[in-house]
Amino acid sequence: MKPDSLRGRSGGTSAGTNSRREFLLVAGGVAGLALAPAALAQSASGPGRSSAPTPAAAAATLQAIHKVVGTTPVNKGKVKLDLPALIENGNGVPLSVSVESPMTEADHVKAIHVFTEKNPLPNVVSFRLGPRAGRASVATRVRLADSQTVVAICELSDGSFWSGSVAVVVTLAACLEEL
Amino acid sequence: MARAIINLPASARRGEIIEIKALVSHDMETGFRRTQTGGLIPRNIITDFVCTYNGAEIFRAEFYPAISANPYLAFSTRAAESGSIACTWTGDNGFSLTESAAITVA
Repeated sequence: MKPDSLRGRSGGTSAGTNSRREFLLVAGGVAGLALAPAALAQSASGPGRSSAPTPAAAAATLQAIHKVVGTTPVNKGKVKLDLPALIENGNGVPLSVSVESPMTEADHVKAIHVFTEKNPLPNVVSFRLGPRAGRASVATRVRLADSQTVVAICELSDGSFWSGSVAVVVTLAACLEEL
Repeated sequence: MARAIINLPASARRGEIIEIKALVSHDMETGFRRTQTGGLIPRNIITDFVCTYNGAEIFRAEFYPAISANPYLAFSTRAAESGSIACTWTGDNGFSLTESAAITVA
């Protein structure tokens, strides 16, 4: 296994397959979403690597992000996503997101969405905030099914989208164990 | 029956940013797990969380199965006036629970 997923933080430069690269690009708001499905279809025949999400999973994640942002480009920055880099148990991972914002009536964070690459469902949680929040900072606990990249995308009151991502290593996966 | 706890300061100065922490007991069954005989365990999660401050909505969250069992949330708000802060969790199978706490704003 190429230890892509063993890095604590997402570098994105030596990512695994095409699908993973596409995912990271979108996470960084560089790639056009419309181009992604074609690239994903291509990578379907490529060699599978355990560290990269399956093409289907990556496509599902892109679709989930697309559903939220529409055709608006996603910029990188402003969002600070905090997760432990090494997670012993994926069943209860403390996650906190904060966004640099004055949180005034004219300039505030409207929503924060969190997505994963390799969970059975890409959506994790969506928060809706307003100027009354005072501070754009939210914390919760999530489940992570595998070592993967987690992305947070925020929507500002001016309609722009910003993202931040973190690569994490999970040693005990959540969600998929048998009873 | 499910239990919920919300935690916030009992008093605050006007305009101060306060943190609200909310915890509820719930299995958050994902709907992806199977029994030993291979049957899928149906999804049973909390899907929505709403927090109101004297009736006005200040925070809302949509949960998916990736939220841990016994969902925990911490968020903030600006203390505006004395009154009550109420949190409501709703979910699958008709789950609904409301918990409120009072705050005094000087």
